[in-house]
This record gives sequence, C-alpha cells and structure tokens, in this order.
Amino acid sequence: MGKILVKDKSIVVPGEVVAEGRDFIVGPGVRREGNQIVASRIGLIHFEGRLVRLIALSGRYIPRKDDVIIGKIKEILVSGWLVDTESAYPAMLNIRDAVSEYVAKGSDLAKYFDINDYVVCKIINVTPQMLVDVTTKGPGLKKLVGGRIIKVNPNKVPRVIGKKGSMLGMIKQATECNIIVGQNGVIWIKSSDPKMELIAVKAIKKVEEESHVPGLTEKIHTFLEKETNKKIKLQVG
Amino acid sequence: MVFKRPDGRAYDEIRPIKAEVGVVGRADGSAMFQIGKTVAYAAVYGPRSLYPKFLQNPKKGLLRCYYTMLPFSSKGERVKPGPSRRSAEIGLVTEKALTPAIDLTRYPNAVIDVFIELPQTDAGTRCAGITAAAMALADAGIVMYDLVSSVAVGYVNGNLIADLIYDEEAYPGEVADIPTAYMPRYDRFSLLQMDGRISSDQLKKALELAKKVCLKIYDVQKKALKRKYQKYKLMEHMEG
Repeated sequence: MGKILVKDKSIVVPGEVVAEGRDFIVGPGVRREGNQIVASRIGLIHFEGRLVRLIALSGRYIPRKDDVIIGKIKEILVSGWLVDTESAYPAMLNIRDAVSEYVAKGSDLAKYFDINDYVVCKIINVTPQMLVDVTTKGPGLKKLVGGRIIKVNPNKVPRVIGKKGSMLGMIKQATECNIIVGQNGVIWIKSSDPKMELIAVKAIKKVEEESHVPGLTEKIHTFLEKETNKKIKLQVG
Repeated sequence: MVFKRPDGRAYDEIRPIKAEVGVVGRADGSAMFQIGKTVAYAAVYGPRSLYPKFLQNPKKGLLRCYYTMLPFSSKGERVKPGPSRRSAEIGLVTEKALTPAIDLTRYPNAVIDVFIELPQTDAGTRCAGITAAAMALADAGIVMYDLVSSVAVGYVNGNLIADLIYDEEAYPGEVADIPTAYMPRYDRFSLLQMDGRISSDQLKKALELAKKVCLKIYDVQKKALKRKYQKYKLMEHMEG
C-alpha cells in the first residue's frame, strides 16, 4: 500500500505531492507523476479507499457531460443556436435537439428561441476540443419565460441545492417560488410575488457566501421564517 | 571590496514579505505580494473565450500577461500611464515565466488573462509580479503543474546578494542584476534575465542562492493560498 502524505480533507495547492505509491486510483483534480500523486489545482483533497480526488473550490465553470445548465441564446445559426454557458466555451443547440416538429430549411429559428432567451438545457456531449452540444428535449428542459436570473459561483452550486435537494426544497417551499439551478451557476427564479423572489435571491446569496458555515441549513431556515413570517417545516434528511 | 547593503540586510537576506490571496472581488483569482517596498497585485480572468478568432489555438489555450506600474509608484520620475516598451517586454517575460507551470492544453481556444498592477515599487517588480500572478492563477482554479516563485539576485562590487533594491541596482560600481523565476517541484528556472557582467562561476553561485530564496517565497505563497481556503475544510461536501 502506498503512503498518504497529506491529511484527508485538507487544502492542497497545485504541485503539492499528496500521496506516493502505485496502487492509488487517480480521480479528478490530481495526476500521477511517476510514483507520486500530485494535486493539479487548488482544492480539498479526498481519499476514498484507493481513490484520490480533489474537490475544486474556485474557478470558472467547465462544461461537463450530463450537466443541466441554464444558458443564454447568443446567436442563431443555420441549423440551430449558439448558447452562452458562462464558461469559455459556447454550446451548440441543434434544431434536432430542440424542436420536435418539422422545420423547413431556411425558416426563422427566432420563433422557437430568440437571441437573449434563457434556456434550461442538458449537455449531451463535450469533445476533447471542448465543442459542447446541448439539448432542450427532456424532462424539465425548456425555454424560460419571465422571472429573474441570478448568478452564483458554480463551485457553490452543490451547496445551494443541498443534500438530496434539501436546501433548494426549503427555499422553494418557504418562498413559493419556481427555482431552477443550473450547474453553471445560473439560477432562474420566478414567482407571482416579486417580494418572495427577492427573499429567495437573498437566501441563495446567503448560502453562497456562507457555504462553509456548519449548520447552514438551520441558519437559512431561521432566516426564511423571519423574512416570510411563516412556519416552515424543516426537512430531516 | 566590502559592500554594506543600504538597508542593513545580510547578503542572502530578502526584504520582509507579505502575501494575500483573493484581494480582487470580481476577478476569477487574485493575489497581492509585497516584498519590502515593492507591492504587486495580480488579477486573473478566465479561462474565457478568445477573440479575435485568429488568435485561437485549438490545441491549447493562451496566457496573456499585462504589467502596469502606477504613475507615482516609483522613486524616480513619474511613470507615464499606459503601455510602454518596458511594460510590453515585462508582460512578455512574465508570460514566458508562467507558461511552463500551467497546463494550457486543458483550455483549447480559450484565453487566461493576467493583469499585474504595481502601486508601489522599489526594484524587483517583475519578480513580485510573477510571484503574485502564480498565486492568482492557482486561486482561479487553473490546472497547474507547479507554482512559480520569483526573486532577483545579483552582484554588487563582487558580492553576491539576494533581492536587490533600487539603490543597489543603481549603485555606482560594478552591478549585475539577475531576475529569476523558479518552479520548486521541478527544480527548474522559468525566467533568467541579466544586466551587467559576471563570470559563469558567479552565475552558478547566484542561481544556487536564487533557488534557496525562492523556496522561502514558495512557502509564503503556499501558506497564503491555504489561508484563504482553510475555512472550506469545515464544509460538508455534497453531490448535486
């Protein structure tokens, strides 16, 4: 068995040797250099049996297959749309992956998605050259009408959602808002009551800022009860 | 000839250093590095899409560095704001010093922009800039092979000294100034420039000293980076 050189769940910097030995499995964020396992970027190191992986704590969104993101239509092309993903790489939304009906050649695609429209889409493919394909066909994937868009650090998205969606579920329940969180850190909020939308925005920003605070769920629970003036059942999960 | 350093330091002693990560709110990554009276701020934006399109490289990303001194930052004359020959050159050597530490193949067609700003200077600016930029790049979550630590070493009247200040650079004697950047993990230099004349033996000795000093700076860089992220240790991580 190899040797682990840093503590589990400690912060490592790029170039730091985290383990030595041939029998480790290299996960995301680390790489093998000869006998050594080296951190590739800054983050939290995790040892899970033989698997070594690094959880990123900073940096821009990088498109990944099967992520559900919220994108903005940037451009209309001949055979589809170009979607801004809040990363360095725009995504391609093909007509085939967006519309079920027959679309005649040369017809105006703006009637489906116009420029500056926001869409919930799923990444179906990312090539090594970072060409990204998305689809809007599937459950929950659609064009977003009305509401407001906010942006959070994409690394904090798991915290905004919470364990099995607990955090997001609580915010939704308290504010009675429709909320969709994209893995790229773009969040859509819609409610018939703009006041509630603002409370939801505040709550999400709070989660983002205090993502490292223990007992955050209780804190947000108190915050929501105070802001909305109603009792909210705290989900145990 | 014996040379006494104007600020009373030992020959191999560097000025007091200070580093902080995450100083620019809107940037993807940022850092401040101070060595004596020289202060450097670095802000990293990206990876982001690169335009004009002909600059894009489908095999690897591009690193762009900009170096700027504030008008009244130096001891001498006012620095004219805006790009100059000098800042263009230093931007370029900074790029070359940092590129070997970054895995740019991860970012095809994209660009990573590094802005280095010096509000106060007393020699060693390119080194302070590179040191700050390396921290800022790590802070921005860029995939890197190693950090880069940078310092100038040199000879004044035949005495090997580390981390020259302006009064030493401008000493009316025989002066050699060698800015270096060093990647500790690979034991490699990524920047080596020289002003003045020295023998090859002297150069070797100077580089040995540079390594020693850079390791000290590397330690400070590492600590500063870890300090910013320490609080996340408590975070229970959950999968989306």
